Amino acid sequence: MTFFLQNFFNGIMLGGLYALIAVGYSMVYGILRLINFAHGDVMMMGVYFAYYSAVVFSLNPILSFTVAVLGAAALGFLIDRVAYKPLRKAPRISALITAIGVSFFLENLAVVIFGAIPKSFLDVFKDKSILEKTITVADARIPLLTFLVIIVTFAMFSVLFFVVYKTKIGMAMRAIAADIPTTSLMGVNVDNVIGFTFALGSALAAAGGIMWAMRFPNVHPYMGFVPGLKAFIAAVFGGIGSISGAVLGGILLGMIEIFLAAYFPSVMGYRDAFAFIILITVLLVKPSGLLGKKAIEKV
Amino acid sequence: MKKFLVIVFTVLALVNLFAAVKIGVILPMTGGISAFGRMVWEGIQIAREERPKVLGEEVELILLDTRSEKTEAANAATRAVTKEKVIAIIGEVASSHTLALAPIAESNKVPVITPASTNPLVTQGRKYVSRVCFIDPFQGSAMAVYAFKKLNARKVAVFTDLEQDYSVGLSKFFSDKFKALGGQVKQVFYKSGDQDFSAQLSVALADKPDAIYITGYYPEIALISRQARQLGFKGYILAGDGADAPELIEIGGTAVDGLLFTTHYHPKAVDNPVARKFLDTYKKKYGKEPAALSALGYDAYMVLLDAIERAKSFDGTKIAEEIRKTKNFMGATGTITINELGDAVKTVTVNVVKGTTFDFAATVEPHEVE
Repeated sequence: MTFFLQNFFNGIMLGGLYALIAVGYSMVYGILRLINFAHGDVMMMGVYFAYYSAVVFSLNPILSFTVAVLGAAALGFLIDRVAYKPLRKAPRISALITAIGVSFFLENLAVVIFGAIPKSFLDVFKDKSILEKTITVADARIPLLTFLVIIVTFAMFSVLFFVVYKTKIGMAMRAIAADIPTTSLMGVNVDNVIGFTFALGSALAAAGGIMWAMRFPNVHPYMGFVPGLKAFIAAVFGGIGSISGAVLGGILLGMIEIFLAAYFPSVMGYRDAFAFIILITVLLVKPSGLLGKKAIEKV
Repeated sequence: MKKFLVIVFTVLALVNLFAAVKIGVILPMTGGISAFGRMVWEGIQIAREERPKVLGEEVELILLDTRSEKTEAANAATRAVTKEKVIAIIGEVASSHTLALAPIAESNKVPVITPASTNPLVTQGRKYVSRVCFIDPFQGSAMAVYAFKKLNARKVAVFTDLEQDYSVGLSKFFSDKFKALGGQVKQVFYKSGDQDFSAQLSVALADKPDAIYITGYYPEIALISRQARQLGFKGYILAGDGADAPELIEIGGTAVDGLLFTTHYHPKAVDNPVARKFLDTYKKKYGKEPAALSALGYDAYMVLLDAIERAKSFDGTKIAEEIRKTKNFMGATGTITINELGDAVKTVTVNVVKGTTFDFAATVEPHEVE
């Protein structure tokens, strides 16, 4: 029982982290039909912003995180303006390739500016043991961070839901997802709304990244690569374009990864492979994912 | 006038060709194990300052970064051999990476001295690749003997990094010896770059082992230790020389306090004039005590230069032969004798993490492991 419980909560923690990052990924795709490969790297930049705010400017953690999220949002807006906006009329593959280019650019920029030597995210906190606190349930040790991750995931999810479905700009975002030329005919400044979409997605990436760094304090320029990849798989699994799908996909992916590794020890060294097997299976069997809507071909 | 200029330029070019002796230094200066590269480079630089010339020529060190990747290690070797035309290579640190560059050096007849690659496959069947450190069959057995006899451990969970030849080898050598002594071993696996070990730990800790033995490199050792302590594990955490980096303590924090690991050196464990001089120079230059890898980097450079002097030539084959004839060479890490297989017979030092530094715990001699 302990074994199951321990792994269950480990799965929720990991799944929650994947979900947080997947939400931003999915939203950007849902609105813009662009798989933003730079998402993981924006996440990495957000973590570095938080790190330097705390370590260099001595801000307290909450303030550092706020600065990081806002900084990442600004970065996302800037990336859109510089890299994606000029390609609005170009075929989709151009934007995709540019996204990969932005990803490489951010990673190497981070190497140059921040250095390739890993830093510890724990330096952000005055009391380094704050992240270590656990509670014990039936002999299973559950880090308190697990519950924080769950709370933050649902908070992000709720905020996003509210913005997309209950605000005017959210309505503009949904309109752009349906049809860009018509939306601009309605008087919406399409470029600004798209910029806002990226900013929002990037802010979510930063929030996800900060939670990730709290669990895995190893901060380095390539830290966004694997979470970005796993989040992409989670988003596709849950149905890319669907925010609830991203959360579901993330949590399921985390659970499957943990349980497979725990109950089949002989293959635990290859647990990353499971995620990719899931991706391939989903793309073969149900490409729209678990909660995805079937794309209707408009004639 | 034209003829004169041609002659002048030709002479200058020829002089340039012989002006310096190039030694390739291939190390992981960035990436996952960058701490190792940095430490070895520090040792090599101190050695070069002490001894900048060999056979009357200035030594030029060509530093190439492998980014902690196998493919980059191979690329660096190719570049060193074909473009820079080095006469010898010092590198790499990780056995996987040295294994990647070894065939290139071997086929180009360029001698290689690795300061710290301990997997036996690195020198096996090769004439040009040698090392100044011990090999893993000894290191693994040494930890098995230490854990069984000194720590009274009977159940050990062994964490193996599937991506590193070093880790796979060391785990096997440890497990074989530990089981031969009468202990029980449980195997769990992970990969370099993994961050989450909760699943592996839940499997490993289910049987309540006396110790966990992590045979990979310091980034993962630190993370596994943190997560293990978080899950309430109170037993010993053991590791191999992959743990020997200050970053272990930076990333691991209080979780790695008391961690015991086998390695090549501790300032308190070795006492000869060369070691003392190296210790002083290093302390003056960097304000702290050197780690094993710096001492090994120093020794690698000195052993190489000594071999070149004895070979009285820059010919790769002659140098490689002389390296394997190194006997009782006084180095910073102790007395070094390299056998005809290219391996050094040395003592294992067991270090322990105390607070923010590494302290010396014990030594294990080769005969104790028979």
